[in-house]
Amino acid sequence: MATLSVCQTQLGGFSFENCKRNAVLETEVTKVGCRMPAARKTGTTIVGVVFKDGLVLGADTRATEGMIVADKNCSKIHYISPNIYCCGAGTAADTEMTTQIISSNLELHSLSTGRLPRVATANRMLKQMLFRYQGHIGAALVLGGMDCNGPHLYSIYPHGSTDKLPYVTMGSGSLAAMAVFEDRYKQDMEEEDAKRLVRDAIAAGIFNDLGSGSNIDLCVITKGRVDYLRPHDMANKKGVRTGSYKYKRGTTGVLTKTVTKLDLEVVEETIQTMDTS
Amino acid sequence: MLTELCSVPVTGMGQHVGAYGVQDTLRSGFSSVKNELLPSHALELSEKNFQLNQDKMNFSTLRNIQGLHAPLKLQMEYRAARQIQRLPFLQSSHLALDTLKGNDESISFEDILNDPAQSEMVGEPHIMVEYKLGLM
Repeated sequence: MATLSVCQTQLGGFSFENCKRNAVLETEVTKVGCRMPAARKTGTTIVGVVFKDGLVLGADTRATEGMIVADKNCSKIHYISPNIYCCGAGTAADTEMTTQIISSNLELHSLSTGRLPRVATANRMLKQMLFRYQGHIGAALVLGGMDCNGPHLYSIYPHGSTDKLPYVTMGSGSLAAMAVFEDRYKQDMEEEDAKRLVRDAIAAGIFNDLGSGSNIDLCVITKGRVDYLRPHDMANKKGVRTGSYKYKRGTTGVLTKTVTKLDLEVVEETIQTMDTS
Repeated sequence: MLTELCSVPVTGMGQHVGAYGVQDTLRSGFSSVKNELLPSHALELSEKNFQLNQDKMNFSTLRNIQGLHAPLKLQMEYRAARQIQRLPFLQSSHLALDTLKGNDESISFEDILNDPAQSEMVGEPHIMVEYKLGLM
């Protein structure tokens, strides 16, 4: 009501006005027999491993919407700061917005302190925010980066608990990936061994879990250098058709043919790259 | 201005009680017990009181570390900064208050979602000023 806005000051942030209406709508819709639209999730395999001079983060690239693949090549390794990257599993919008907010906050913080941000700072900010929203923000994250104290790897759960470990896996394919890690992880590996291990762990998740698929992305973070390898390995290439089903020219008889030339003038030419995959 | 360690108690959605102790139908519309007894979302109450709880916690910690003068001085500054605003129907930038609270160096959902400066509903200016001045 208009008079209500007079008495209460407007606040930003989440608004719960439509929750009751949505609950009523959901009961009505299920009575008719339809389903409410599902949020796009990234049923995922994301992993991280610490090696001798840094760490490797890995992720698959499939985003699902219920039983349908919504995006065959989505990017799950998000930028947080020049030395910190974060893989996200769970609801795609939640991971995207959460990592962007924390990245902005970390940039402001590092401008204020004048130092390179630390991974523990990003971890603390993320866990405080996720705990504040009691798990309703469905973002399970693998946070990794290199700072003045060496390489650090954290796993952050949607309710706000965190673990600091040398190797972590999250997402629906985490069990398959963890099996590979538990078998072959050694302390102080070389970079190539670590990359191969992460690639194999993600491949295990891709081939054994329906929620993960498509390509393998890798991000290698060492002191002063970040290699974002997208795609590192195309594990699932789309098949090529062996025969052509097109009809030959002349199959349909042509009765008449008229050609009209359109006088067009090229005013501007721009190129926009699409993610075709 | 005593600072306690307890958080703001969970009191249901709060009936807008008018001057005579009954529901103020003119200002807050018809009342419905079902609407006001339970929150519509699990986070609604905790989000409504989040800033208050944070402030209480911070002030009591400050009192324990630095003594009573520290939260008293800060609360005085907050009160002063809160008074320099525009008229109620115009958007004020809250610059001084934000700087005091440290919100100028962070971004959260309050800055991104439902920005009050871009809300589609505008209050009636005369009524809002009358309400603020207590003439209504």
